[in-house]
Amino acid sequence: MAAILAVTEQRGGSLRKVSLEVVAAARQLADAMGATVDAVVCSSGPVEGVAALGNAGADQVRHASHETFTLYNPDGFAATIASVGGGYAAIVFAATAMGRDLAPRVAAKLGVGCATDVTGLGTEGGAVVVTRPVYAGKAIQQVRLTGATAVLSIRPNTFATGSAAKAGTLQPLAVPAFTARVTVTAVKAPAQASLDVTEAPIVVSGGRGLREPANFKLLEDLAAALGNAAVGASRAVVDAGWREHGAQVGQTGKTVAPSLYVAVGISGAIQHLAGMRTSKVIVAINKDKDAPIFKVADYGIVGDLFEVVPRLTAEVTKLRAE
Amino acid sequence: MKIAVCLKRVPDTTTKIVVGAGGKSIDEAGVKFVPNPYDEYAVEAAIALKEKAGAGETVVVSLGGDAAQETIRTALAMGIDRGVLLKGDGSADGLEVARVLAAELNGGGYDLILFGKMAVDDYHHAVGVMVGEILGLPVLSSVSALRVEGGTVGGEREIEGGVEVLAAALPAVVTTDKGVNTPRLPSLKGIMAAKKKPLEVKPVSLGAGTMVVTGLSLPPERQAGRIVGEGPDAAAVLAQLLRTEAKVI
Ligand SMILES: Cc1cc2nc3c(=O)[nH]c(=O)nc-3n(C[C@H](O)[C@H](O)[C@H](O)COP(=O)(O)OP(=O)(O)OC[C@H]3O[C@@H](n4cnc5c(N)ncnc54)[C@H](O)[C@@H]3O)c2cc1C
Ligand SMILES: Nc1ncnc2c1ncn2[C@@H]1O[C@H](COP(=O)(O)O)[C@@H](O)[C@H]1O
Repeated sequence: MAAILAVTEQRGGSLRKVSLEVVAAARQLADAMGATVDAVVCSSGPVEGVAALGNAGADQVRHASHETFTLYNPDGFAATIASVGGGYAAIVFAATAMGRDLAPRVAAKLGVGCATDVTGLGTEGGAVVVTRPVYAGKAIQQVRLTGATAVLSIRPNTFATGSAAKAGTLQPLAVPAFTARVTVTAVKAPAQASLDVTEAPIVVSGGRGLREPANFKLLEDLAAALGNAAVGASRAVVDAGWREHGAQVGQTGKTVAPSLYVAVGISGAIQHLAGMRTSKVIVAINKDKDAPIFKVADYGIVGDLFEVVPRLTAEVTKLRAE
Repeated sequence: MKIAVCLKRVPDTTTKIVVGAGGKSIDEAGVKFVPNPYDEYAVEAAIALKEKAGAGETVVVSLGGDAAQETIRTALAMGIDRGVLLKGDGSADGLEVARVLAAELNGGGYDLILFGKMAVDDYHHAVGVMVGEILGLPVLSSVSALRVEGGTVGGEREIEGGVEVLAAALPAVVTTDKGVNTPRLPSLKGIMAAKKKPLEVKPVSLGAGTMVVTGLSLPPERQAGRIVGEGPDAAAVLAQLLRTEAKVI
């Protein structure tokens, strides 16, 4: 029976949420092909949360344990996955920082192409077919993967995690000999540990309309009221040094696809839209009724953000308390 | 210090995308092409590293049609020493592109081979890493900070909620992200000098690959938005809509 490998991610011994999305996408593909799903996790010790992989749709969890796998080990992870990868009909990664580095390594080792940032997948005449945004999301490409193993990475926040009543047994996976050519010597945490815009289900972004960095407090309050929300920014404010680079949404920043994107004091330049136009619901708050952001927004409020945002925060807090 | 940079010619990012007659690629009529923005960081890094070392050679390599010569000249005008055009049709399969680039770079004696983290047309985010794998070199991908000294290379890569610090020995492959530097603009003198710099053209052909593009379409138009209201009183209406209609809060 054909099988599909879902490459999961852990950090600090805890499974990352995106891993469940990877398993869900692999499950979707497996159901279309009549295949089973193996999830693989690389770590140096036990990983909290692996039990959930079964419920997300994995038939089996393969655990590759190695003393150097505390942090991401590019060559070690790639060697391990490639050592068994050729036996799978497809290998699914997440298009995260790790997946972007790892998927092309594994694909190159297996001698096949790699479809990245996939937003839709299925099968056609036995082959894996995917859709993926190209040209900064201005077009969608349909691709058929014809290699013996289809290697792909899915865009975070795109595949809904389901719950299957699977047990997901844990099996050891041998780590082959490898040369660590590049090493991750440390991970620096940002000043305040915050949710990353690419992974948050809700993103509240601010632009030049906020006038000065201190006013981002308004957006942090709204994000806190919404819960599970990250604060993003336009390039204009990142270039001005008001916010961290990592918060920039857009063509030269991050691509986000949350279920709710709130653009505050952002005009909606084409390069900004490139990073957020596939969000499920877009809200715009802008004092200029002709701002281009309203053309992509599902809901808009024309008004002064300094009046609207605090009210919205209060209303959201009230609603969520009900 | 001998450094190679792989540079791709891509449509300007503000270009309006129109699907071409075959339904699988864009209509290039009237499209302005530019050097891939992420590759400009790589070009800048190469020039700056050679300047710092005080000696060496910088080479830019591009796979593409004749028009890519113009893109190569832009890099030469910025300060790269010479160019190589691998003349041929690209491929939707990044591994085929990587194989051709790796074949050209193999045995070239480069201390560093630089790429952009991704091309803004195909969005693969893959070719540089693949070239490193093919050549068996260490790969530091998507670095927003880069340091080269005493036969080693260090870099920083943004990850979700943090920054990874990377280290390897030279020779190595590095792919560059925003933040690594600010690319210089070609000077008038540079533009004049670029005209006389060597640009070698080598025909190449690519394998069929394992990624077949079967279609290209425009994303579904977003439904024209609804203005919920004006001023702060609209906030209550919006919050209700987000809960009961959009069901996102
Ligand atoms: C190659 C390239 C790449 C780029 N990449 C990116 C990218 O990745 N991300 C990105 O965002 N941009 C990017 N840009 C920049 C982009 O073109 C815009 O310049 C930028 O997005 C504008 O930021 P902004 O909307 O914050 O500012 P502005 O365009 O100045 O808009 C500010 C908005 O705030 C509104 N406003 C002002 N005061 C108030 C108030 N009191 N209440 C309510 N509304 C108010 C105004 O009406 C206006 O619409 C790129 C540009 C280039 C050339
Ligand atoms: N046709 C090409 N010619 C030269 N370099 C390329 C080409 N295609 C991709 N590259 C390099 O590979 C990087 C990643 O591209 P991609 O994997 O296609 O997103 C780019 O930033 C370039 O440095």
